[in-house]
Amino acid sequence: MTRRRIVCVSCPVGCEINVDIDQGSIVHLEGNRCPRGEDYARQEAVEPKRVLATSVHVAGGTYPLVSVRTSTPVPLERIPDMMEHIKRLTVSAPVRLGQVLDRELLGTQADLVATRDVPQGSPHPACTPPAPAGSRPHVAAD
Amino acid sequence: MNVDVLVIGGGAAGMAAATAAAQAGARTQLLERSLRLGGVLDQCIHPGFGLHRYNAELTGPEFAHRQREELYASGAQVCLGTEVIGVDARARQVRSVSPQGVHTIAPKALVWAAGARERPLGALQVPGSRPSGVYVAGLAQRMVNIHGLLPGRRAVVLGSGDIGLIMARRLHLEGTEVAAVLELKPFAGGLLRNVVQCLDDFGIPLLLEHTVIALHGRRRLEGVTVAAVDGSGRPRPETQAFIEADTLILSVGLIPETELVPFVERDPGNRGPAVNARMQTDCPWVFAAGNCTVIYDLVDTVAASGAVAGEQAAHFALGRMQGLGPDIRLSRGENVAHMVPTSLSPGVPTRLSLRVPQPLGRARVLLAGREIARRPGLRPSEMLEITISHELIAQLDSCPEAKLEVIPL
Amino acid sequence: MRAAVIGAGVVGTLIARELCRYPCDVLLLDRAPDVGWGITKANSAIVHAGFHDAPGTTRARFCVPGNALFDEVCGELDVPLVRVGAWVLALDESELEVLEELLARGRANGVPGLALCSPREVLADEPAVNPAVAGGLWAPSAGITEPWALALAAAENAIANGADLRLGHAVTHVRVRNGRVYAVQAADRSWEADLVINAAGLWSDRVAAMAGLEPPPLTPRRGQYVLLDKAARGLARAILFPAPNPLSKGILVLPTVDGGILLGPTAEDLAPDAREDTDTTAEGLQAVVQGAQRMVPGLDVSLSVKVFAGLRPESPSEDFEVGATEVEGFYQAAAMRSPGLTAAPALARWLVREQIAPTYALRPRPEFRAARPAIPHPGILDDQAWNAWIERDPPFGKVICHCNQITEGEVVEAIRRGARTLDGVKFRTRAGFGRCQGGSCTDEILLILARELGIEPSAVDLGLPGSTIVRGEVRP
Repeated sequence: MTRRRIVCVSCPVGCEINVDIDQGSIVHLEGNRCPRGEDYARQEAVEPKRVLATSVHVAGGTYPLVSVRTSTPVPLERIPDMMEHIKRLTVSAPVRLGQVLDRELLGTQADLVATRDVPQGSPHPACTPPAPAGSRPHVAAD
Repeated sequence: MNVDVLVIGGGAAGMAAATAAAQAGARTQLLERSLRLGGVLDQCIHPGFGLHRYNAELTGPEFAHRQREELYASGAQVCLGTEVIGVDARARQVRSVSPQGVHTIAPKALVWAAGARERPLGALQVPGSRPSGVYVAGLAQRMVNIHGLLPGRRAVVLGSGDIGLIMARRLHLEGTEVAAVLELKPFAGGLLRNVVQCLDDFGIPLLLEHTVIALHGRRRLEGVTVAAVDGSGRPRPETQAFIEADTLILSVGLIPETELVPFVERDPGNRGPAVNARMQTDCPWVFAAGNCTVIYDLVDTVAASGAVAGEQAAHFALGRMQGLGPDIRLSRGENVAHMVPTSLSPGVPTRLSLRVPQPLGRARVLLAGREIARRPGLRPSEMLEITISHELIAQLDSCPEAKLEVIPL
Repeated sequence: MRAAVIGAGVVGTLIARELCRYPCDVLLLDRAPDVGWGITKANSAIVHAGFHDAPGTTRARFCVPGNALFDEVCGELDVPLVRVGAWVLALDESELEVLEELLARGRANGVPGLALCSPREVLADEPAVNPAVAGGLWAPSAGITEPWALALAAAENAIANGADLRLGHAVTHVRVRNGRVYAVQAADRSWEADLVINAAGLWSDRVAAMAGLEPPPLTPRRGQYVLLDKAARGLARAILFPAPNPLSKGILVLPTVDGGILLGPTAEDLAPDAREDTDTTAEGLQAVVQGAQRMVPGLDVSLSVKVFAGLRPESPSEDFEVGATEVEGFYQAAAMRSPGLTAAPALARWLVREQIAPTYALRPRPEFRAARPAIPHPGILDDQAWNAWIERDPPFGKVICHCNQITEGEVVEAIRRGARTLDGVKFRTRAGFGRCQGGSCTDEILLILARELGIEPSAVDLGLPGSTIVRGEVRP
């Protein structure tokens, strides 16, 4: 029998859960302060899963990127592949919060969902339009 | 427009405050210096927010979106791109500027919800050169998540606060190699869950009791010298090692932003304004909420503090505030690093947030010698939330001061 | 007539400006990417009263008149100057003798208003000073300024009067024929020049050698500093000097123009070729703090927002090398160690008006314009004046640097006046100079620079070429 200490990441409390595993099955589990902790520890002992949050390139939006998340936790070991896939995606503005940008990510149950609105416009919204032509800097250049 | 409650800052605390104030019937205006509402939530694209407030695990932008909808529904007026440049305590006036001009508002009550700023490298007095490639974590986060700009190729993170841990993962996922996260103390500064899901998940080493003792590179950062520290935090030169890196991310603390309200009494432990259970400062028309009062651990608590401040500010502005007696000042006993509020108000049931200075095992919390809570394990990264009933406060009524202490069992 | 001024620090820019008063094509060359990035950028920023220098030295000769000229020069160039005064503190009875000596020197040098004061008088003015203080020498004419602002302003004013500024141009040759200069070469380009003025600071011995002179080699002397947050304001109202030692004026505590407190410098002689070694060291920073705490014991180092170091040139004579040389047309404004900043306006005026102009029979040009307006900083104005700026240009209503309340309008104006880097913006506007040290505005300024200059954000530098801020895009 082996004992594993798992820190639950379901919420900020971070319960430390001890899981006793005998021949591949969980025989005892303690330390969780809520039922979510038990679910998490059972999953974590077998196949760790996480919600992946990152960004997708947006064309023609007020942000250059739209923040996204997976609709459900995805296997931790698939995250590097998913990132490679996501880095190649492009969507066009406008994007709405909750909009599904990619379905069944790499064959998993998880969709890729936008977590913010990105209206149409130009990026770097903090800045005002460029200076009028003709106002040259003082420094000479060759 | 005549303003009853003016809220400064459009982050989680400010949005909650303005919403609550407007819902309580006050004519409410919120000033936000950037062009977006949400404050740092907008750049915190990871999940982990909202379990208390919305009973759902949300990302920062999703949390901000819900708050924004509530705010707009409340009828509060929002001014974006508007920077507060001065608060006149005597005249009760607030001066602000935006591309539309300079304006002075004389509200009946003010909610200061300006958030916090990050401690810069200079505060640590790290010797060596001063190259580019050194960022406070929040700046790096804004670069990556808002502007889509990648700071560098190989990073060291100094400080294991939550933003540092989150940024280590974020940079790793975007292809920046994260050589290590260094922490001066013998325990991580951020939440344990973040150590697990940001570092352990991706094999990023956490070097406890380590710090950066020199920067190298005259143009872009070329590397850092790191060393282990002794029990009092002094580097041990014999342990020094060079780590090649073009990027140094600092997560070495946040400082409550109170520069424009220097006239309110500050709590030296929290470094923000001292506030009573109404989130009211010693300057009665000024309330404070969120990370400008103390550095909270959860945005849910930040928003909750904002809601209290906003509602109470509305009561104050509308002449509805009823006191049952003078405030009872809390004094720090053993193992109390941060606490909000810093005094209790008779008649106002209170949610007290408390942070211990170092990890403790099982412990009980005493207020004026009475046990008010017992917890299995306490860490500085997680604040303790304790509800203090109006009955308990009534029992304390006669004393002007009550000691708060955490006693390990 | 063409004059080439080598070095765009505070000395070179003031000389270039002075030359612009005459019918003369002025070329101003500097190796750095911006004006004032050598000694000028990192020193104590003091306008010295002039009691430290031994009578008869060139330093003493230019310091007091230089100090007196600061009101005029800073007024014309719209550069901050605050005459906060200076104290030299005797921390025990034995140091009182040193104060007597400084008083005598100061009087011989013509320093106005010097007075020896009792501990009570010192503490009445400076309540944070060590209560064990045995006495103080008060010098009301000492002041604080921003040397980089002065250099930038002088350069702008020189350009407005026709000077040609070339940055990133390290001079490699000074051409001399038949005992007189005729050209300078920098960055593979040659300019004919009838006059060459060597204001090359830390490199001035090398430039002099290019002209065939045999100057004594300069030693870079490093000074480390700690800058404290505005919350430390009040620790020193005036400049606080300890009683000096033979090597330096000691570790000072002084207010800065924008309300912070500066501690330092150390005085460390480096190897002759370590002319870019502006690293700070653990020992140096510790010495700064200990030295400062000797005078102001209650000083809270946790208020530190920045540490830095600068270099100053030290020659064996411990004095400036100024004036005409055996090479006709080659003039020295070299080895400008402390009090070089204070001396600079007087030196520039003497060199141009009394040395060069008479020699070459130059008459002042009536069209010279001495005034240069500073970049507007509406944050210090009243509502009406600020609104007028916003009406003309709405970005003057958008605050970018929250610590110092610097607007986008100011940042854009700095770029129009020549800022090409984050530091270029910072030293022109103070954006990023405050307590968060750019933590909240670096991204915005980076994007404004990229937009105004029409370049990618990844092409924007912090300072020197190659000091990039970002490496590229998250989703290229």
